[in-house]
Amino acid sequence: MIQAVASLFLLAVGMTFIYIAAIGVARLPDVFQRMHAATKTGGIGTTSLLLGVLLADGTVRPVTGLLTIGFTLLTLSVASQLLSRAAYMSGATVHGLEGRDALAGVLDREKAPLEERSRVEEDGGEPLKSA
Amino acid sequence: MQPVFTTVATVLIALLAVPFGLAAYRMIRGPGYADRFVALDMLTAIAIVFSALIALATGRSAFLDIGLVIALINFVSTCAFAAFLERKGGGQ
Repeated sequence: MIQAVASLFLLAVGMTFIYIAAIGVARLPDVFQRMHAATKTGGIGTTSLLLGVLLADGTVRPVTGLLTIGFTLLTLSVASQLLSRAAYMSGATVHGLEGRDALAGVLDREKAPLEERSRVEEDGGEPLKSA
Repeated sequence: MQPVFTTVATVLIALLAVPFGLAAYRMIRGPGYADRFVALDMLTAIAIVFSALIALATGRSAFLDIGLVIALINFVSTCAFAAFLERKGGGQ
């Protein structure tokens, strides 16, 4: 009984987090803020929903679910760090940045986002700088 | 206890359509490449949850294996997309 209640609670918590993450991904103005919503909240939502499924009944094997949870928690932060670093270096727009850019001398950064630079090349303007 | 969880899992699968649609909206609409990669991350997380809930609804634990494989592929693909963005944007 306690197990069932805990499972239902975890399922509800995970669903709430996934909804918040989806609203953030749809509404936030900037790549980095969207990534904050998608990875952090999506990671917690996935973890608690999988835990709820594992607690729900005995027919589900727990080892695979625990492996999925561990792998998600290990790799989600690494992947989002890699992706945000690449987005910063490719010149994605940063919304609401005030004052000095703290990463200015640390990472190379393009002037315009990738899609604008490739659009310039398609129009026959100045060519893309070769990578 | 089992029919309760079958019903709950079915309802939750139906409710997951809304976050899936919002992430797909960002994937289609997203102004930049990086937005689409973030949306792909979100979509694969929702797919993992889908497979776990289907495992709960049908009682077949093979669907959990699908979730594990989706998680593995998600990491590799995100790394590949990050390398693509970085190589296109790095000024070395």
